[in-house]
Order: sequence, then structure tokens, then C-alpha cells
Amino acid sequence: MTTTSFSSTGAEPFAADASIEPLLSISLRVNGAQHSAMAPARRLLSDFLRGELGLTGTHVGCEHGVCGACTVLFDGEPVRSCLMFAVSAQGHDVTTVEGLGNDPSHLSPVQQAFAECHALQCGFCTPGFLTTITAFLEQHPDPTPDEARECVSGNLCRCTGYQNIVKAVLRAAELRREAGAGEAWAAGASEAAKATRAAEEGTR
Amino acid sequence: MLREVGHDGKVLAGGQSLIPVLNMRLAQPAHLVDINGISGLASVEVSDTAVRVGALVRHAALEREASARHTLPLLSQALGNVAHPAIRNRGTTVGSIAHADAAGEMPAVAVLTAAVIEAVSASGTREIAAADFFQGPLETTLAEDELIVAIRFGTFPAGTRTAFLESARRQGDYALAGVAAALTVADGVVGRALASFVSVTDVPDILDLTEAVRGQEPGGIDWSVVDDLVQGHVSPEADIHATADYRRALVGELTRRAFARTAAPEVSA
Ligand SMILES: Cc1cc2nc3c(=O)[nH]c(=O)nc-3n(C[C@H](O)[C@H](O)[C@H](O)COP(=O)(O)OP(=O)(O)OC[C@H]3O[C@@H](n4cnc5c(N)ncnc54)[C@H](O)[C@@H]3O)c2cc1C
Ligand code: FES
Ligand code: FES
Repeated sequence: MTTTSFSSTGAEPFAADASIEPLLSISLRVNGAQHSAMAPARRLLSDFLRGELGLTGTHVGCEHGVCGACTVLFDGEPVRSCLMFAVSAQGHDVTTVEGLGNDPSHLSPVQQAFAECHALQCGFCTPGFLTTITAFLEQHPDPTPDEARECVSGNLCRCTGYQNIVKAVLRAAELRREAGAGEAWAAGASEAAKATRAAEEGTR
Repeated sequence: MLREVGHDGKVLAGGQSLIPVLNMRLAQPAHLVDINGISGLASVEVSDTAVRVGALVRHAALEREASARHTLPLLSQALGNVAHPAIRNRGTTVGSIAHADAAGEMPAVAVLTAAVIEAVSASGTREIAAADFFQGPLETTLAEDELIVAIRFGTFPAGTRTAFLESARRQGDYALAGVAAALTVADGVVGRALASFVSVTDVPDILDLTEAVRGQEPGGIDWSVVDDLVQGHVSPEADIHATADYRRALVGELTRRAFARTAAPEVSA
């Protein structure tokens, strides 16, 4: 068992200062690359990805699991990153929206479908939709319109409206099938991810 | 460990109820005891008399477990209504019963299946019947230093069919009202009809509807006879989503439909 100490209003003073609050070294795989950073035990995975790792594609809307904007793939399955502590992701594999493809000239099927179907306006909710739908299509490559709608029922969008988003789910399924169950894309995406990583490494 | 931290400590399982509460600063425990690293708590064991679900079994994993679906279909019938897949991937079934939300599906299932809660603490182990476990909304008889290691959901007698129905504003939201129904047929006639409810009682309990339908052939029953009995039993509250009267009428109708489903020949349990 591990105990994680929390700043509380009780016995301990609230300690935002790192010199008072102990920091832990947290390492995990994000989008195929190993990352390590120091953070307090109470750091949410969403804040860790955005703050410590600078991956600001993951958005934070409600912080109580309702809006879905912060959804990432945790060992391949969609989870709310606002409802997990970063320490709980120690040693695990996380895919954020950046990991779905970060190259405008080589969009993933779901990204492509969102662009084609006008499934976004402000884009705040979009990272959560993209990760959720990507995982859903892995399990349900040929969804019915009802299944497509149910798949996005856990994600809120406050400006686009859901019709085009549901259309995009169906279009993405079509694009995946055209690309041979996503294989061609997956190969391309991992190449693209490698190139992005190499470029990032170069700029460091 | 739990004894040491006492009132200032909380068990962290899937975190899908606890972390929202922390994020909103509704609770500020000094210690969280994360049980995710304990091995041996993630298994589902199926026998003729019970489906034993370990404390780290996620809703999604239990829903997928073929042997549990087969032995106690009510589990997967209900689990499909618990939140959205992303929540079910982390949230544990045991955690949702420990949390004891009156709007949770699994507390109602625990009561209807006469589940047994297996608790351990530094001073030993104890088994608690589901009927004695729930005290009020978010309140149980579990002591501060106790950890639930598993819950055994009891199986139903041969000839039982179950159904779970609820109505929520969106698929995956907490239900406005919901019902778990179990109909046992012996020698072609009803031997027992039990139901428990979601979101319309403070504490999940069993309503025994057997007397209304005993001895009748299930296919010929007009299930609207249960409506008044259900409406008299529940005590829903109003909130921004629905009035108390609406919930009462809704759960009466859901119960009628749920039993009609268990009685329909083509739906096998
Ligand atoms: C957006 C959203 C929608 C949801 N919708 C639904 C819904 O429709 N229906 C529903 O039923 N639930 C819903 N949930 C809640 C979800 O099912 C939770 O996962 C579940 O209720 C709690 O399980 P957990 O493992 O996440 O527990 P945690 O959040 O880790 O813990 C919850 C409480 O139980 C205690 N606890 C947990 N495990 C143990 C144990 N083994 N021994 C002793 N104490 C323990 C904790 O200390 C804590 O007090 C929803 C959650 C969210 C965020
Ligand atoms: S920010 Fe996590 S679900 Fe809204
Ligand atoms: S595109 Fe603006 S919230 Fe969804």
C-alpha cells in the first residue's frame, strides 16, 4: 500500500510551495516516449500532462468527470485524466490527443472526419472527442448511427452541436475501413510521431 | 494503515467518485490509501452460488466477464447503465457499493442479489449482508479502518429471469429512476417476484411483489398490477431534473416494463 499525503485544512498547513510539499519523481510513457517529471502526489494526471510535460492538447473543463474534455487513453483505454493522480500513471502508457497525429498533412481518420464534417467550432471539447472516438472505433469498427451517438454521450460540446460530431464518428469509421482497418494510417502515424519526436529532440 | 490514519484517511480505488469530491474541495482527507497496487484484488470468481468480485475489478472488466454474465446476467444488465465507458474503465464495482450513492445502480443490485460484503481490518475479517450495509445516502456500516476486499453477489434460484431498466437524461447519466427485477418461475407459474430501485429510495431495499402475481402464468400477467405497489413503496425527492411525482410515476412504469420483459418468453436470462 502506498499512502499519499495531502495538504489539508486539518493538521497540516496548505502547502503550495514545493519546499514544503514533497515532490515525487513520476515516470510514464506518453505518446510512445518515456517522460519523467517531479510533482506532488496530489497532482492530477491532467495537470501533470499540461503543466509538467507541456502537452496542452489535453483540455480541462469541469474537473469532475462530466465533460470528457480531458479524456486520454490509459493503456489504450479512454479514461478521464482529471480523475486520476499522476502518480497512479507511474509506469503506464498514456496517449494524448497529440499522440493521435500531430501533422496537419497526415491527419488520423478521426481527425480527418472532424475536419470534413465540421465537427468542431472552438475546439475546446475536441481533444476528448478525438481520443474517445479513436478508442471506440478500435472496438466497434462499423458502428450504427445509434452506437455512434452513444459513443459520444459522455462528452460535452457547448458550441458545435452533436449532429456533425455523430456524422464524424460514422465518417471516421468509413475512412478507417478505406485505409484497411486503420493499418495504413497507424503505420503512417507512428512514422509521423517519430518525426515529430526527432524534431522535438532537435530543438532541445 | 487505515487504522493509523483513522478519520483523516480514505481508500482510493477507481477514484471516479472520490476524486470529483476532492477536486470540488467537498472533502479534504489528509491521507489517501491507494489500493491499486495490492495484488489479488482484481479477480472475478464464479461459482453456482455467487459471483465474487474483488475490490479492484473495474465496472468495464466485470461487464465483459463472460462467466459472470452467464451465471448472473443482472450484473451486466445493470453495469451497462453505470456512467460512460471512460468512467467504467477506472471505477470499481466494489467502490460504487462502498460509496453507497442512492443513485448508483450497483447498490440496488447488491441488495436484490443478497450480496455479502467481505471486509477486513487490522482486527480481523467480517462479512456484512447487503441488507445491513446501507444506512443512508453515502452512508454504510463499514468502519473507518475497514477495507472491502470483495463482494459476493448471490445467484438466483433456477427458473429466475432478471431485467434492469432505468431512465436517464443521457445514456450514462445517473438515472432519474431505475429498477432491478427478478422473476422466479417454478412449474410454469410465478413463485417469486422481487424488485429493488435506483434514485427513488434513500437506501436500496427489496420490494417483494410476489403476492400480487403468485401462482399465475407469467405470460398472461397484466403487470400494471405492480404499479401502485411500487409507487407506494418509493420515496423519491425532487431536483432540477425531475419532480418527485414524475419519478414516482416513472419508476412504476419502469417496473411494469421490467417484469413484462422477464416474463416474455423470447428474452432468456
Ligand atoms: C461523470 C460520472 C458519472 C457517473 N455516473 C454514474 C452512474 O450513472 N451510476 C453509478 O453508479 N455511478 C456513476 N459514477 C460513479 C462511478 O460508478 C464510480 O466509479 C463508483 O461509484 C466508485 O467507484 P471507484 O472505484 O471510482 O471508487 P472511489 O472513487 O475510489 O471511492 C469511492 C468511495 O468508496 C470508498 N471505497 C472505494 N473502494 C473501497 C474499498 N474496497 N473498501 C472500502 N472503501 C472503499 C472510498 O474511500 C470512497 O469513499 C459516475 C462517475 C462520474 C465521474
Ligand atoms: S475535465 Fe475531466 S471530465 Fe471534464
Ligand atoms: S467545439 Fe466548442 S465546445 Fe465543442
